[in-house]
Amino acid sequence: MAGSELRTIVEALLFASDSPLSLSLLAETTGADPLAVAQAADELRALYDAGGHGVQVGEMAGGYLITTREPMAPWIRKLLQGKRKARLSRAALETLAIIVYKQPVTRPEIESIRGVDSGSALTTLLERDLITIRGRSDVVGRPLLYGSTPEFLSYFGLRELTELPRPEELKAILQAREAEAEADLFAGVPEPPTGGPAATEPAVAAPGSAPGPTPEPGPAPTPAADEGPAAGS
Amino acid sequence: MGSLPPGRPGMDVKLEKFEGPLDLLLHLIKRDEIDIYDIPIAHITQQFLHYLEIMRLLDLEVSGEFLVMAATLMRIKARMLLPVPEPGEEEEGDPREELVQRLLEYRQYKEAAGTLREREEKRRLLFERGMTPDEEDAGPLPLAPVNLFALLDALDRVLARLPERNVLEMSGEAYDIEDKMALLVTRARRAGRLSFTLLLEECKSRLEVIVTFLALLELLKMGRLTVEQAGPFGDIWVEPRPEPVGGEPADGEAAPPGDAPAGAAVPPAPAERSERGGE
Repeated sequence: MAGSELRTIVEALLFASDSPLSLSLLAETTGADPLAVAQAADELRALYDAGGHGVQVGEMAGGYLITTREPMAPWIRKLLQGKRKARLSRAALETLAIIVYKQPVTRPEIESIRGVDSGSALTTLLERDLITIRGRSDVVGRPLLYGSTPEFLSYFGLRELTELPRPEELKAILQAREAEAEADLFAGVPEPPTGGPAATEPAVAAPGSAPGPTPEPGPAPTPAADEGPAAGS
Repeated sequence: MGSLPPGRPGMDVKLEKFEGPLDLLLHLIKRDEIDIYDIPIAHITQQFLHYLEIMRLLDLEVSGEFLVMAATLMRIKARMLLPVPEPGEEEEGDPREELVQRLLEYRQYKEAAGTLREREEKRRLLFERGMTPDEEDAGPLPLAPVNLFALLDALDRVLARLPERNVLEMSGEAYDIEDKMALLVTRARRAGRLSFTLLLEECKSRLEVIVTFLALLELLKMGRLTVEQAGPFGDIWVEPRPEPVGGEPADGEAAPPGDAPAGAAVPPAPAERSERGGE
């Protein structure tokens, strides 16, 4: 099979799939050598990246997945009209973080770290297929053990778990932030108590948010349509 | 703090149980710039209990976990008061040790959750096949960049400043949470954004402050408003959320595309529905 033919087949397979396809599955399906498939996928990615395409080949959850490109997001959102799965709640994210780093882990272990009931967070994560039951622990009561799924990797756009910061790295980040806060403590002059909002100009605005918001009554900040990619008309 | 009159209608605000006692402790530690390895237990215990008081005042559900933590703090405080053991006696160790370890561990996972949130945001800009508009509209929106504890702090500051001036309150003066919600949405949309502090300070009584606050919480939960804080001691801004519930946040990095008429075709905020309550 010629390289270009394999590439078009891989393109078709990736296009037809809504979840990442692993190298081994692609190789098995095409009957080609995994190395050749990997090369075909790379070529395809380079082709899409060369410009003029609204989609790209991504690598996540140990496989390849065609997704739209980042700048296309506003249009897709408009098409979906806000109907989309919600972001995970803080409770769910915290629970998930514990599971990912400590898997397999039981609910009592999770709750002893979070200090709060985590039943509904676990239900959400199970429903969304981000975690799965990995069996039962040997301790008293034989509680269920939870672990992460391939869908977890796909949901967060991770190739593999090792892409996440290691515990030591997390510690380092936290320590750096602590040191920074301490430095601020000595460097920064505390703001005097303010009588009104005018005195405290928001310094940290979200990147790209409407500049110079005023507390005065005025026209509501319109979603800056002009910032969006130019529309046809 | 004065108690609220009984039988007030529409006052049950149920927030998702997303933050626990450890989170509150971390908030206090950060707010008061406390060294996590040398926590002033008396101070932190007092602040913690003060918080529970505010939460009770607001009728927020104070879960058992908070009470257990309060008990733990008081036990540690008591042990700190015990005389230092004589040399030769058994060394007990720092009674705060276990709590500090728990806080450190929890903080680390909180950080990890933050990393996941960043990843999630990035990944949500990419769409794969099969994301059709009929996808389920799941779950409540997370609260905006300001967390609940920061809001409670702000409320506490306003309450502390507010003099008890309404000595003679007319009976029958009632504040309705629905009315407040409608009013807040209308005002936020007209003004673009509102100062949280001014909003509460212009209230005529503590009861009105609390009703306003609860209305705000409810609107945040419904995703109709967002709150943002410029800096640690800056004011908190209340802003309308332009997009429909379940949609993307107004992150501003990329405005919804569309030509002029499409701009006007932004789905009307669901606010209209409840404005009937405003009269």
